[in-house]
Amino acid sequence: MLIFLNHLINGISLGSVYAIIALGYTMVYGIAKMLNFAHGDVIMLGAYICFFAVSSFSLPPLVGVLLAMVVCTALGIVIERLAYKPLRQATSLAVLITAIGVSYFLQNGAQLLWSSNIKMFPSLFSNEPIALFGGELKITMAAIATVLACVVIMLVLTWFTGRTKLGKAMRACSEDKAAAQLMGINVNATISMTFAIGSALAAIAGVLFCSAYPNLTPTTGSMPGIKAFTAAVFGGIGSIPGALLGGVLLGLIEIFASAYISTQLSNAIVFAVLIVVLLVRPTGLLGKQVREKV
Amino acid sequence: MAMLKVNDIHVYYGSIHAVKGVSFEVNEGEIVTLIGANGAGKSTVLNTVSGLLHLRTGSVQFMEQDLKGVAPHKVVERGLAQVPEGRRVFLQMTVEENLEMGAYTQPNSTIAPGIADVYKRFPRLEERRRQVAGTLSGGEQQMLAMGRALMSKPKLLMLDEPSMGLAPILVEQIFDIIKELHAAGTTILLVEQNAQAALSVADRAYVLETGRISLSGTGAELMASDQVRKAYLGG
Repeated sequence: MLIFLNHLINGISLGSVYAIIALGYTMVYGIAKMLNFAHGDVIMLGAYICFFAVSSFSLPPLVGVLLAMVVCTALGIVIERLAYKPLRQATSLAVLITAIGVSYFLQNGAQLLWSSNIKMFPSLFSNEPIALFGGELKITMAAIATVLACVVIMLVLTWFTGRTKLGKAMRACSEDKAAAQLMGINVNATISMTFAIGSALAAIAGVLFCSAYPNLTPTTGSMPGIKAFTAAVFGGIGSIPGALLGGVLLGLIEIFASAYISTQLSNAIVFAVLIVVLLVRPTGLLGKQVREKV
Repeated sequence: MAMLKVNDIHVYYGSIHAVKGVSFEVNEGEIVTLIGANGAGKSTVLNTVSGLLHLRTGSVQFMEQDLKGVAPHKVVERGLAQVPEGRRVFLQMTVEENLEMGAYTQPNSTIAPGIADVYKRFPRLEERRRQVAGTLSGGEQQMLAMGRALMSKPKLLMLDEPSMGLAPILVEQIFDIIKELHAAGTTILLVEQNAQAALSVADRAYVLETGRISLSGTGAELMASDQVRKAYLGG
């Protein structure tokens, strides 16, 4: 039972990281109707920034995280401006290929700057886990911080998109860009803002992911990136609660599959579940059925 | 004084020459209508004035200022609002959120009174204020689209096919509202396929045929014209 609980906690924690990354995919998809495959690599860059801030410059962890967020936000805006904005009218295939190109560019750039040697990500949280049941069940501070961060981010985003003028404008743009422009909404600025938010979240996710799996290399971001993309599709791409649900479910499936079935097969099982879900519900768990225009 | 002056505009969709030298004017306080068949270029003209489409040559002037190259979201700020064809309300947002979006360019303090004004004009919308727009009927969506455009306090309101897809009784209601808005001082540019209804409210009218203005005159003149009657009024 305690082992089960342990897996459950690990699954929710890993799933929370996926959820935070999936938010970036889903928000950008919702508004720009593109899959930003470079999103995973922004995670990696966020982790590197935090790594250098904390390990090389001995800054406090919180400053490291904030610095990573600022740099990734700026990077997200620059990537969108330079790589995607010129393709606003292009076919979605051209944009997709560009995103893959940006992904390689970031990975190779990181390799050039920092080599492909593994860097050990510093532990930002207290190493003393919380012990329950007389020490039988240990919960790391990193796991707690991860779940908390995910909950807070979810609440803030729900408030932002539901209650604020900018957030509502974002929803309007994701539904109908031309109509949004006729309302006086600056669509380009809104897309930039979405990339900024997604990239800031990616920085947080990078730090949290590396706190759990501390081997940092230039390709660190690609696997969680792909998993989180899967999570976003799983939950229903374009849907913010869908990203949360998809992320957490994916984390749980992955951890339970590797614990009870096979470590080697865990990724295969994750993707098999995705395929089954998409066969039954092509728009994902919480995805909206696109209504035919009359 | 001409509030809107469209002078010899040419618009292309890729290599298709959709609008071929259209000129017309809307004076302050008028209802002007552009009528014409499907594909004549009516919506293209409106979308060009709004800045959604780029004009290749010619000029569009609003309140004596050139609109060429002005981004659509800036055009709204100048007092020109468009109710697009097919209503294009935000289906997943509530009625009230749709209205808030209409007031995007307005200072926050004016939003609540603006919404109250719209509800006074369209009581049905108030009943449905918390419903998402996708659950409204076609007529209600048209009212919402008009209310949403009014939220920006436009000097000139452009309506693109407001009667499209509506039952005759609703068409009548929509045209009554257009007359009311006009009486309240809004200048209106109306694009319609329903020539009968449009000509009956219009001060002046232009007939658009395959990207060119083929006829113009007062609403009554065009209503009496043989050419218009044969082509658009069913004999």
